[in-house]
Amino acid sequence: MPADVLVIGAGVVGAATAWYAARSGHSVTVVDRGPVAGGTTGAGEGNILVSDKPPGAELDLALLSSGLWRDLAVEVGGFEFDPKGGLVVAATPPGYEALVSLASSQSGAGVETVVVPAGELAEHEPHLTPSLAGGVLYPGDAQVQPMLAAARLLRAARARGATVRTGVEVTGFLRSGDRVVGVRTSAGDLPAGAVVNAAGTWGGDIASLAGVDVPVLPRRGFILVTEPLPRLVRHKVFAAEYVANVASDDADLQTSPVVEGTESGTILIGASRERVGYDRTLSVRVLRALAAQAVALFPVLADVKVIRTYRGFRPYCPDHLPVIGPDPRAPGLFHACGHEGAGIGLAAATGRLIAQLLGEEPPSLDLAPFRPERFGPVVAP
Amino acid sequence: MSAAFEFDGREVAFTDGQTVGAALVAAGVRSWRTTRREGRPRGIFCGIGVCFDCLVTVDDVPNQRACLVPAAAGAIVRSQEGDGRGHLAV
Repeated sequence: MPADVLVIGAGVVGAATAWYAARSGHSVTVVDRGPVAGGTTGAGEGNILVSDKPPGAELDLALLSSGLWRDLAVEVGGFEFDPKGGLVVAATPPGYEALVSLASSQSGAGVETVVVPAGELAEHEPHLTPSLAGGVLYPGDAQVQPMLAAARLLRAARARGATVRTGVEVTGFLRSGDRVVGVRTSAGDLPAGAVVNAAGTWGGDIASLAGVDVPVLPRRGFILVTEPLPRLVRHKVFAAEYVANVASDDADLQTSPVVEGTESGTILIGASRERVGYDRTLSVRVLRALAAQAVALFPVLADVKVIRTYRGFRPYCPDHLPVIGPDPRAPGLFHACGHEGAGIGLAAATGRLIAQLLGEEPPSLDLAPFRPERFGPVVAP
Repeated sequence: MSAAFEFDGREVAFTDGQTVGAALVAAGVRSWRTTRREGRPRGIFCGIGVCFDCLVTVDDVPNQRACLVPAAAGAIVRSQEGDGRGHLAV
């Protein structure tokens, strides 16, 4: 019997979509060409952030999602949800001024913010370098272990009757006229009432199999992992420049320090962004920059060992907004991809919104800024 | 004449080319680290640098694999509690 909903992608967005759709009573099948969380979900830090977004559509989505993650931590659980809060710090007085002004506008949009003058930073993070100009605390920031989050959401969806098939690659779409009525896969045809493209960085490839253009491209990032330590860093701590780097259109390497502890005691150090396609080559230059910036922020890390590094590809769109909603060019196909570096954080809201659309309920949020056809026809530069 | 290093305040003799771990085992010491969560005793397990069970603090640097670090005369070797950096906790 055909599933009501076929989700392409067993990352965190596909998993959240599967969970909310299954909870609403739909029969759901999830397929992924690789394992669960084998793409970008397994290559990040698991951030659920409201701090790094200026007021606008993405912040609204993040606020909705951060509330849903809190519910999921109770309803599903088992993925190290840690409402640790974020601390953004500025190195210079002009940087601090800009940060405080950003915080004030975010506060107007519903984000909880606490301005922390230089003299009070040590109360929040005792190991921070004393040479900072000040910071802003965002109690709403949280973290999950992203691979566990995807796995637990899929397990919960399966308990509601969903089927998860890994190692199954989508090779095309089944059509009835214009309408998408399922997918062709390496394991045969899978008819479905609706298909959700949650293929993350590879969402553009899936879209093109359906004959539609969704411009999702990879932006590479590295993370360093230290040896296990006692709790040295209480919050997710990052430099104010990170917010600018996230929004930047520059293809060249950008790094800004992002430092946070984990439940297992390791400290994760990011964050780099560069557009190099799907090149997985380890870059010593990037790792060196990340380590140096982290030590500048937390001098105590200078004699701590890094035990490994990993990298992944953030799926970005030209306007840095995700693609969420039905595709009018291919009725029956929904997109839920292109979340750039915020996919874990935005997954809960994305899954919930897609489930609402599938159930023909009014979505909790205006989806116009995220509509798949917003990019228009491709124009050669 | 055999050389020696200091282990938790006592002298441990070693022969040239021996690792810290081998010298400790030869001296009858079976464990020199406790696990991070449950405080269980650990010493040599794989003995070839893979399992990271035999971590020890040598000359104030924690988390060194006793099975790989060559014993050196005069080194100060200390047994290690958990991650070996408890003093940094905040």
